[in-house]
Amino acid sequence: MKFVDEFRDAELGRVLAGEILAAVEPGRHYKVMEVCGGHTHSIYKYGIDDLLPANVELVHGPGCPVCVIPMGRVDDAIAMARRPGLIFTCFGDMMRVPGSDGTLLDAKAQGADIRMVYSPLDALRIAKRHPDREVVFFAIGFETTAPSTALTLRRARAEGVANFSCFCNHVTIVPPLRALLDSPDLRLDGFIGPGHVSTVVGARPFEFIPAAYAKPVVVSGFEPVDILQSVLMILRQLSEGRCEVENQYRRVVPYEGNLRALEVMAEVFELRPHFEWRGLGFISHSGLKLSEAYADLDAERRFAVPGVRVADPKACQCGEVLKGVIKPFECKVFGTACTPERPIGTCMVSSEGACAAYYNFGRFAREREVV
Amino acid sequence: MTDATAAREAKVLGIIETARSKRARFRDERITMAHGAGGKATASLIEGLLVPSFANEALDALGDAGAVAADGAQLALTTDSFVVRPIRFPGGSIGELAVNGTVNDLAVAGARPVALTLSLILEEGLAAEDLRHEVDAIARAARAAGVSVVAGDTKVVERGHADAMYVCTTGLGVRDRRARLSPAALRPRDRILLSGTIGEHGTAIMLARGEFELDAAVVSDTRPLWDVVDALLAAAGPSLRCLRDATRGGVASVLNELARASGVAILARESGVAVDPAVAGAAELLGIDPLHIANEGKLVVVVAPEAADAALAALRAVPGCERATELGEIRTEPPGMVLLETAFGGRRVLDQLVGDPLPRIC
Repeated sequence: MKFVDEFRDAELGRVLAGEILAAVEPGRHYKVMEVCGGHTHSIYKYGIDDLLPANVELVHGPGCPVCVIPMGRVDDAIAMARRPGLIFTCFGDMMRVPGSDGTLLDAKAQGADIRMVYSPLDALRIAKRHPDREVVFFAIGFETTAPSTALTLRRARAEGVANFSCFCNHVTIVPPLRALLDSPDLRLDGFIGPGHVSTVVGARPFEFIPAAYAKPVVVSGFEPVDILQSVLMILRQLSEGRCEVENQYRRVVPYEGNLRALEVMAEVFELRPHFEWRGLGFISHSGLKLSEAYADLDAERRFAVPGVRVADPKACQCGEVLKGVIKPFECKVFGTACTPERPIGTCMVSSEGACAAYYNFGRFAREREVV
Repeated sequence: MTDATAAREAKVLGIIETARSKRARFRDERITMAHGAGGKATASLIEGLLVPSFANEALDALGDAGAVAADGAQLALTTDSFVVRPIRFPGGSIGELAVNGTVNDLAVAGARPVALTLSLILEEGLAAEDLRHEVDAIARAARAAGVSVVAGDTKVVERGHADAMYVCTTGLGVRDRRARLSPAALRPRDRILLSGTIGEHGTAIMLARGEFELDAAVVSDTRPLWDVVDALLAAAGPSLRCLRDATRGGVASVLNELARASGVAILARESGVAVDPAVAGAAELLGIDPLHIANEGKLVVVVAPEAADAALAALRAVPGCERATELGEIRTEPPGMVLLETAFGGRRVLDQLVGDPLPRIC
């Protein structure tokens, strides 16, 4: 595949791994957070961890849109899905995320009409095919997926599809990053910036990280060569005492972002005063809801839902894992009460969460040589 | 790292290892689609509920077919049901799939397929034309596989109680004297072969369902495998350790089952996996690993090191298996696990999925 294979070149990877090895200071331990779940996925898919020296540690950040949805919102989704006659549509990997009483897959097994879709437009199409039934789309994701939800709602309005509505759980990337940076026990040296989100918002919104918190940020692509190069760019900033936003993903990300996408988002969404994140708690202005102009397409207004906040299990220490304060195995429930088959916390939910990854990979990560 | 932290880590890793090596338990309250997907949930159903309930030597072996000895005849018996939607897809249809799936379960047990039984569960309203098409497909596939359909049954259920038609089969085969196959027979240094490109059947079905609005020329790989097994037995005979048909759950599931059954580690190399570009493209877009996608005519072969080259040459000489590859080898550490050396040069664990491969959104 052109424009893909060259970024998966093993030879180039070896060269970059060698340069990274040369760039690290012996005895210093580096913790670099990749913000986006897409990066975490690539890191595991290609075994990138395995190519880094042991003192360069990648910490998996809060950017997996599936993992961050709190239990209470999953419960609300299931309550909607169980309404007789309603068709509930959602992305595939959301169906396995546990609420306080099971997952959407479980609800489907109990008779709810839950359908997997690949895009919000698929959900709109289902609504048009079944005009006699209410069709709800479970919208999740960062600024990456929010524009396509916005465009779908705009189209639903234009075509007058009255039986379609949206359960909006879109979130924004900057507030959780700020929350992480504000926490006093944070131990991170730099950030691999989220490439997909940045295609929409641009690189500019991350300027506050070097400016106010003196940490380097490199906005990165998703192929293995992209990620290794971004790690190298961060290490070079650190060793040269620089601290700025650099854009490794120039072939896709414009500094100013995608103005048309931002425009349609501003029309369809508005910020919630606060939104709850699994593992991180409530964060101000971090979630989106439908704007007044689109209120009639808001599933939360159309259907009564429990709306009950379900606290993260007490023993769960996902927040500390996310901040890099503890390692997965230091969590009290890791590997015992909390496993990939029966996850408790966000980090174990998705296969690319820090804990799930460690559960599957831990022993091998340790065998690497310390420089 | 302090001593206390290191001790904590060692303890936790020990707990994980114990949990992994234990027989899966069935603790779910209801059956979900995950129990049918061939991954961990399916394993919990089989190993946690079914096998303990019927415990006997033939079943405990967890092979694709059970061994039966009757009056000196060494037989193999298997059964299968087919509930595929849509019933026709590029490269095949439910009838052909039913015959091939059944004879392949016999073939990988080292048994030459001889006879089939056939049960049809038909949904009220099914077009006679569709039924005729499937009956023709069954007859043609049976002829091609060299088996006779010797008994059968039909049931009709009300509209909505079945998806067009379900096909259930039983297959009888004669165990080949050259075969010494067992999933528990794997030894360190054994080599693993793959009979061709992977991921075609599952991808063809996903695309044929039309849920993803992707168009790609992907055709199911459904085919009978006895001729392939016969060629392998001729080339490597008792040096063949184990054969598996990489259906539901894909090659990854097969490797994990074998690693656990033999208590060995498996090192697979991504460079030893051949994937058709159209399948690779669809899998990339959907965020699914071809190693987790179902096949309907691909063998995973484990063979003693001294016979590996002969077995690979024999495989490649069989029509349709020209793209057979060497996938990896058996190691000792870590027991029960499968590691994948990626084409990019890193290593990672290749796990079984919990349920169906679900497209990722990011």
